[in-house]
Amino acid sequence: MSGERAPAAVSLEGIEKRFGAVRANRGASLVVAPGEIHALVGENGAGKSTLMRILAGLIAPDAGRAEVDGRDVTGWRTADAIAAGVGMVHQHFMLVPTLTVAENVVLGREPHRGPALDLRRARAEVAEVAARYGLRVEPSRMVGELSVGEAQRVEILKALFRGARLLILDEPTAVLSPPEVQELWRVLRALRAGGGTIVLITHKLDEVMQVSDRITVMRRGETVARMTTRDTTPAEIARAMVGREVALGGAPPSAGTAGAPALTVRDLVVAGARRPREVDGVSFTVAAGEILGIAGVEGNGQSALLDALAGLRPAASGTVMLGDRDVTALGVRERSALGLAHIPEDRHRRGLVLDYSVADNLILGRQRAYARWGRMDRARIAEHARAAVERFDIRPADPALPARALSGGNQQKVVIAREMGGDFTVLLAAQPTRGVDVGAIEFIHAQLRAARAAGKAVLLVSAELQEVLALADRVAVMYGGRFVGLVPRAQASESSLGPLMTGAA
Amino acid sequence: MRERIESALLPPVVALLVALVAGDLLILAVGQSPAAVYRLLVQGTWGNWYGFGQVLYKTTTLIATGLAVSLGLRAGLFNIGAEGQLAAGGFGAALAGLALPAGTPAWIAVPACVAAAMAAGGAVGAVPGALRARFGAHEVITTIMLNFIVLALLNWIVVAHLRVPETLHTPEIRAGAVPRLAVAWAAFHGSAANFTIGILLAAALATWWFLFRTRSGYELRAVGLQPDAAEYGGVGAGATWMRALAISGMLAGLGGVNFVLGYKHYYEEGFAGGAGFLGIAVALVGRNHPAGVVVAALFFATLSQGGLAVNALVPKQLVEVLQGVIILAVAASVPEVRRAIAAARGGKRP
Repeated sequence: MSGERAPAAVSLEGIEKRFGAVRANRGASLVVAPGEIHALVGENGAGKSTLMRILAGLIAPDAGRAEVDGRDVTGWRTADAIAAGVGMVHQHFMLVPTLTVAENVVLGREPHRGPALDLRRARAEVAEVAARYGLRVEPSRMVGELSVGEAQRVEILKALFRGARLLILDEPTAVLSPPEVQELWRVLRALRAGGGTIVLITHKLDEVMQVSDRITVMRRGETVARMTTRDTTPAEIARAMVGREVALGGAPPSAGTAGAPALTVRDLVVAGARRPREVDGVSFTVAAGEILGIAGVEGNGQSALLDALAGLRPAASGTVMLGDRDVTALGVRERSALGLAHIPEDRHRRGLVLDYSVADNLILGRQRAYARWGRMDRARIAEHARAAVERFDIRPADPALPARALSGGNQQKVVIAREMGGDFTVLLAAQPTRGVDVGAIEFIHAQLRAARAAGKAVLLVSAELQEVLALADRVAVMYGGRFVGLVPRAQASESSLGPLMTGAA
Repeated sequence: MRERIESALLPPVVALLVALVAGDLLILAVGQSPAAVYRLLVQGTWGNWYGFGQVLYKTTTLIATGLAVSLGLRAGLFNIGAEGQLAAGGFGAALAGLALPAGTPAWIAVPACVAAAMAAGGAVGAVPGALRARFGAHEVITTIMLNFIVLALLNWIVVAHLRVPETLHTPEIRAGAVPRLAVAWAAFHGSAANFTIGILLAAALATWWFLFRTRSGYELRAVGLQPDAAEYGGVGAGATWMRALAISGMLAGLGGVNFVLGYKHYYEEGFAGGAGFLGIAVALVGRNHPAGVVVAALFFATLSQGGLAVNALVPKQLVEVLQGVIILAVAASVPEVRRAIAAARGGKRP
């Protein structure tokens, strides 16, 4: 970039931040030049978000120095940050769904005529800012009606409307479809062209390569590498993130030796809280020794489908069969007894009781098998935990620790050890690698491939199209509660599935 | 492990210190010396056998209601109905004692009365449990309201059918008395302390065993911590809630044995006297652990008896203010309450 002489847009030095016993940042640093797109990468729990929350004034560092445009801003507050042109777009949107786009954007600094809100001027101002940066949004629409991609553009617009020249985006693509991601890149490049500076928090290496100018890598709270995107490779970034060599992508799926249907779903309809047909008539089978991947943008009925398959939500109509047994009317416990294992999409809410020990979590759902006359068999629970911790390499190797104390990847290993450690015939794997580090992703993918090789039927639901493409033998795309495509892996590609995910085809 | 114990003990200890400072200021404000007041408080409670006996008597009831509230909280439910459940337990015990013929041997009569107390308390607790499981009615509302219904209903039954003229109590029971502690240790003579405390200590042990050693306890705590994870593990929240509130009611009802079998030998209107509500404080200070509940019950019983002892120097309401300060300080710091407040703000339950 040109501004070698000008002060850095951001300069963070020796940042320390401790939450209780956890040192989220230990001497982290970051230098961002004006007018660049800077990728801040690292595994989950590396301290990226903490560092950016310090920059945005949401939390104060315990030690270290923060500068913006050469000015010492250590320990400032959000209001100061906004005034200085620093805006943050959070992973979870902070919008009022019952207000229009324009009303949301001007919230807090509404134009008014006398005591009355001047909504016409608000709409005009918002439209003007949107046009200047090429953000496609309709100011008079209700936010509750927007797609996730549109809602995210409103968040960006909100920051820009407040005069942000430095924009921090926290994992912005987690909820977007591939075309929406491309649209976001277009917007970010337009911002950069207009002199704006962008910090992009992510752990997806393809994004880093596509859009960033420079890269800072964090690991365990420290800054471990700075790179120029042009001069590096994904493998090099991954090595810096994990601290060792990582196999990216992995082996292509083998042509499965699929056996008899293990999971059969016919005309399944599931009612949702807001939509009467959240799953709107889905039929498919998963054969033993096969991985069926379901791709799609989140919120298109995948969660309801999984809930209904697991027995957590009743089917409005249709049938679910395990082997040749109709289980539509059965509950969670009965289905589990018939060989259904389930890695739930949200391990913090569903997959684990965070305050229970690892040992107790390893029997969740199987507690009946570990009790005699209503009394827990503590010796067997401990023995089971010891074996699972060893076999699945759960760290730290202490089954008495509460699950809350483990990293995301190790928490997920607990879930996987529980679900895949015993006998099962069908596995529902929902977002199995969400929020886990690169090393754990490798491990989890290997487990799923091993399950297929052992003749298990696996239904994989993932928001990561690449994950589906890397593992599945057949790929379905879910949109609006229906399957809009179901093709063998050989006929599926990112470009052929992308349009299906948005309902464009 | 050590860290967990520390984090469990810290809030009550801090609360105590806050209360101590507040107490000093209040005592100084009424022109007395804090040292003199505290000396009097200790002398009137732990300083003589009669006072200590009264403390033990009050502790007994508070263990019952404290266990009741804490078991509910373990399942994620706030049982504010311990007052009514306690009264119902006492009434159940009295009714059983009246029904049994005079010569019934104690080894039949006492267990029968105890069972009746638990059944009555459990029945009252099961109602909000069922309402919650079936209709989603919030247990805070239903348990509070049920207090009024139960107390009024019991009063009506006593006044209309069982009263001894000129009093508000039933006739004396004919069988099922629990002996006073004074029978074994003469020093306790005159105090209400009785062997019901042994029953409640056993109940605390049983509650601990149930919560931490049985499958039902494992499932109950899972529902309380993360209902969604429990559901995923094949545990229905509704059935667990019903069971938890029924057991909670049984524990509170057990407290009625203390008054009816151990002290007065009849049911009297208003004997619960707020012990059900104080059980909430006992559960919070005791961090929902049976051992903590026993210690907290002893502590609140000491304060309550001490209030009478310091009456000569300061108004006894001062001790009630202290109790209030402790409850506020603990309530502000324990995670259960913070979770409940966060959930109320978010419009959802944790």
